[in-house]
Order: sequence, then structure tokens, then C-alpha cells
Amino acid sequence: MSLALTPEETRLLAGDQGEGMALAMRVITETARLMGASRLVPVVSAHIDGALYHGDSGTLFAEHLVRLGAKLAIPTTLNVGALDLACGAKTRLPPHQHDMAYRMMRAYEAMGCAPTWTCAPYQAGHRPAFGSDVAWGESNAVAFCNSVLGARTNRYGDFLDICCAMTARAPYYGLHIPENRRAVFALDCSGLSPSLRNSDVFWPVIGTLFGQRAGTDIGVVLGLEGCATEDRLKAFGAAAASAGAVGLFHILGETPEAPDLATVTGGQDIPVVPVTAAMLNAARAGLSTTGETAIDAVAIGSPHCSAEELLELDRLIAGRRLTRPFYACTGRHAVAELEAAGRRRALEQAGVTLVADTCVVVTPILDGVKGVLMTNSGKFAHYAPGNTGYAVQYGAMAECVESAVSGRLVREERLWS
Amino acid sequence: MTFPALTPLLPGEASGPVLQLSAPLSFWGGVDPATGRITQVRHPDCGRTIGGAILCLPATIGSSSSSAVLLELIRLGIAPAALVMGTPDAILMIGCLVAREMGWAAPPAFALDPAGQALMPGAARIDAGGNVSPLS
Repeated sequence: MSLALTPEETRLLAGDQGEGMALAMRVITETARLMGASRLVPVVSAHIDGALYHGDSGTLFAEHLVRLGAKLAIPTTLNVGALDLACGAKTRLPPHQHDMAYRMMRAYEAMGCAPTWTCAPYQAGHRPAFGSDVAWGESNAVAFCNSVLGARTNRYGDFLDICCAMTARAPYYGLHIPENRRAVFALDCSGLSPSLRNSDVFWPVIGTLFGQRAGTDIGVVLGLEGCATEDRLKAFGAAAASAGAVGLFHILGETPEAPDLATVTGGQDIPVVPVTAAMLNAARAGLSTTGETAIDAVAIGSPHCSAEELLELDRLIAGRRLTRPFYACTGRHAVAELEAAGRRRALEQAGVTLVADTCVVVTPILDGVKGVLMTNSGKFAHYAPGNTGYAVQYGAMAECVESAVSGRLVREERLWS
Repeated sequence: MTFPALTPLLPGEASGPVLQLSAPLSFWGGVDPATGRITQVRHPDCGRTIGGAILCLPATIGSSSSSAVLLELIRLGIAPAALVMGTPDAILMIGCLVAREMGWAAPPAFALDPAGQALMPGAARIDAGGNVSPLS
């Protein structure tokens, strides 16, 4: 299949609007060709995952775009950077890396991106309409955008995202095409206990299991009607997108493209796998990488905590003093809400370090590189060992709080039996 | 013995040891951008280095920042010699496309299904047409 461009797209590619735009069009059209797209599709918003420092190359590319006069054509938010510019959490980057990370963040702001600096832009006011085509990066944001909002995006990698934001176009393939959004397999949770399905700690585990099964396939989860909340869907998607290449998931009766089985499957028969307690426990065991019960630090907030989750943390701490470092990663939008609720000071006095604009797994914030990190996030559990050197224990937010008070692992097993 | 022919995605020639990953990998959170070493502790090939290898990936998963990790490996001269992918993955190939825009030499990319990947020799030369010959 060959790629057909409109006359306007051909002019942009030829440099009609400058070399920055031409570069963006080259990257987009080449990607379109590689992925077998027949045309480009207009997109109405973008979320940029490319502003996190991984080495000088990303900074050099961003500054190259700025020098070429890059300007954005559509509303665009920013995912996390490598520095906390809002709450001042200390990043232990050496001076050169710190400087390059800062330059990178400023370069993306200079192009006109909104300085949201969050991996949960959908909780910071960026919520594209159902059925609209967008270009988002960051695997959890992509999963939420497709699955919960019903907008359409592929998993746009770093750098393609900013090219889409500059041109207001994306290659038309994959999840932009309605027929590709149907479920081809189902996981059935109806045999699990209602109390488990209704607990926050269940959702990253079933998300992990879903991601392992899915790979790049689209699936639907049955038996969770009435159990989902926005933060649970957020946690599910982040875990699924870490364990697999999940850009879209469906929860029957909860997500907008899955009102019933016939709709979400397009009327096709699909294999239905019953989820057993044994499968779930295997997925849960895989989220922890140690049997060690001394806890050295706790991190929550991947994806970034909502204001509701921060207020829940405040309630769970209940005026006690945490004895272990406790990092709550969040966006400046949620910090502002926490301040408006008058609870920021209490949370910090209890021993919580608020980390905004970034998180402890993408940039060196944690002290030392040895020990056990407890988390309620399937995504942190997946990435923390490789990125931070910490071993991981997975548990509910309440269990994270109790463990941070006592310094020893506190975890309730009864729910899972 | 005949070897499988690869489908060129981003054309080019490559030679080097063949590293066949036995499980899907996310470059971000899975490969150290400063050294090219696999750091994902749950990955069966954790500890191996991908620099200079003809890297056979059955599938890619996870982060959309994998393109940024690959771009950094390319800039540092420690990228794989070639990417051989079970399914063409846009995220990784964007790392190569941006490298070319920056004037940095990017590895070629080829498509080959996992069954074909299993037939690759231990070290190989791949020509621009995707033909494989073993390196002794």
C-alpha cells in the first residue's frame, strides 16, 4: 500500500512552512510508510512523552527543533521531565545531566507545550472527546485515552509525538481505524470474590495479567461491572501497558466502547479465559521481587496520584508519623488541589515527600540504590528494580502506609485466598 | 543450509553476533541508555549487552520512550548493529529516523517472524536486500 498525501501535506513536506515542519513531516510520512498507512489523519491534541532526559540526544533534538522554528498546531500537554520544578524534590543528577534535563524541559515549553509535566494529563484537564483522533505518548496515558475516554491514538513513541503536534497529523493505521479497536480475547473475572474485585489493590494485578496475555492484542475484561473507578482504570491501564504492548483495553459495562459483548467484539466469537485465584496470585507474586520484609522506602503515584488519592493517603496516615521515606509522585494540578484542601502541610509533616513534574522511577531521587521499595503501583513494581536498583514489594496503599509507619512489611493475605 | 531472508524496513547492511531475545523487551526501563546493558530483572536476557549485535526481537512491549533510549544508544555509538523485529515496531524505528535527521549513523531495521529468527546463525552478515550469510 502506498502513502497518499494531500496537496497541503506535500507542500509541508517540501518545506513550504519551514525546515522544522518539513522535518516533522519527514518523520511522520516515513513512519506511515513503515507501518503500511495509506494516508495521514488530522489529530486534535497531543501529549508529549519526549521531554524526559535519557541522555543528551533528546535535548539536542529538542533544541534542534527550536532552532528550526518549531511551533505547535494543536493543544499539547507535557508528560514528566527529569526534574521537579514545582515542589522542589531533589534530583541526584550530576551537574551536566541536570543542566541538559533542564534545557530539554525548557525547549519543549519554548515550542508551546503546556507545562503540565504529568503522566496523568487526563486528570489535569486534557480530555479529548470520544471518537476524536489524537497523538499521545506515554504508555499509560495512551491506554487511558483510548480505553476510558474513547479518543483514538496509537502508542506514539518519543519524538513522533512532537512531530504530530507540529503538523496536526498522524499516520492513519492501528487504533485510529475503528475496526482495529475490537476485542479479540476476553478475561472473565466473574468467578473472583466481589470484595477482591472491589478493592484498589486488585486492579494493577489484573492489569498485569491482562498485559501478559494481550501482547499487542485488544482484549475485554468481563465481570467487573460496577467495580471500576477512574483511578482503578488508570492503575489497570498502567500495569497492562507495562506488562504488554497494550494501547487499548475494554472493561465490559465500564469503558465506553464496551457497552455489551456484541459491540466490543463486533459480533465475533472470541476466546474467553476464566481468571482463577491461582492465575491472579501468580501475577501478584510477579509484582514483588523479594521476600525481604524490612521496608526501606515507599513510593506511590505511577501514574501520578490524583488529588483524591493524595487525600486518601492523608486519611490513611491519620496523623501518625511515617518512619520510612515515603514518596508520593503527582502532578502540579493535584498539588494545587491538595493545597486548596489545606492538607499539603499535614501530609509533608507526616513524612511524605511530594514529587511533582517527575517521578522516582524515571530520575534518581531515591537515596542509595539498595534496599526494598514498597509500592501500590503495578508500573512502579515493573520498572523500579531495573531503573532504581531497589527490590520491590507490592501492596495496597493502606498496606504501604502501615509498612511505612512500622518499617516492616504489613500485608493482608486474606483478600486473595 | 539456507537462512531466512529478511524484509528491509529501514535499509542498510549489518554484520555482527546475533542476539536472540527470548522474551519481549521494552528498551525504556529495560536497557541502560549509557551502556546498552539489559537491566530489566524479570527479562531472561538481563545482564547481556545489545551494542553491536544483530538484535532479534520477538516482540516489543512497554514504554513509548524506547525510541529515546535507542536514540541515545545510537548517539553514543553503542546501538545494535541491526534491529530484526517480529512485528514492525514504530516506537523503535522512530529512534532510527530521528537519528538520521540528526546526522547520526542509525542501524538498519528488518522484519522477520520469530520462527525465522530462530534459524539465524550465531553471527551473520545481512546485505541491503535482507539476505543473510553466516560469519565464521
